[in-house]
Amino acid sequence: MMMNCKHATRLMSEELDRPLSLREKIALRFHNMMCKYCTNYRIQMDFLRRAAKRVRDGMDSRD
Amino acid sequence: MKVPRAQDGGIRWDDPSIAGIRRDMLRFAQIQLRDSASAEDMVQEALIAAMNNEAGFAGRAALKTWMFAILRNKIVDHIRKSSREIVRADLSDGSDEGDERIDAMFNRKMMWSSGHWNEEHGPSTWSDPDAALSQKQFWAIFDACVNHLPEKVARVYMMREFLDLDTPEICEELGISTNNCWVILHRARTGLRACLEDHWFKGGAAA
Repeated sequence: MMMNCKHATRLMSEELDRPLSLREKIALRFHNMMCKYCTNYRIQMDFLRRAAKRVRDGMDSRD
Repeated sequence: MKVPRAQDGGIRWDDPSIAGIRRDMLRFAQIQLRDSASAEDMVQEALIAAMNNEAGFAGRAALKTWMFAILRNKIVDHIRKSSREIVRADLSDGSDEGDERIDAMFNRKMMWSSGHWNEEHGPSTWSDPDAALSQKQFWAIFDACVNHLPEKVARVYMMREFLDLDTPEICEELGISTNNCWVILHRARTGLRACLEDHWFKGGAAA
């Protein structure tokens, strides 16, 4: 059964908090191959992580 | 930013640039703690620790980043000591708040498309997102989007991403299950990306 987007996004979020299992990684890769929205979502998760790191380090330029 | 040095090579703690760092530290602490007095205390303690530990500043990172790391440690210690009373009281209400908002982004009606993005909410392609990171206006939107998240969701997100705590610790501090933690973080990130898309990447602000 094909993974749906809600489940896929949940895994892409969890990927930032724990290592995914091989099975999860494969299911996610198959899903994203066919889903532009979820592919964008993943790129954006990486971006959010980079943005948060700036805040964490006091390097969010506000001046 | 250049590190202000006195003639003997020590850091000049009375330099105006340090005052600027202190101001940003205070804002950061206030967002994490929401208790102004504790936030002031944390910043004060962090500054004293930084001054006493000046030799520990190797100059590899920016001075500000080094001071922020000290501040984060102080805040985390404070949370470990007091979160059970402070944070949990905040979080007890509205545990499912915000769930409908996420659900509304995905189709529910037809079986074959159940759980897939609907046209309106599907993530679009952002052009050159990293350029936003050096824009002041972007950070105002980013702040607003974090603040726009439901209280509990924002709190868990900030503990994870701004204080860099791992999920098991967050769950333990807040007395929630690991699964619940992941659900909340998913909600936070999905809400945040939608908010940034609507107000920055799609809104024409990212010119």
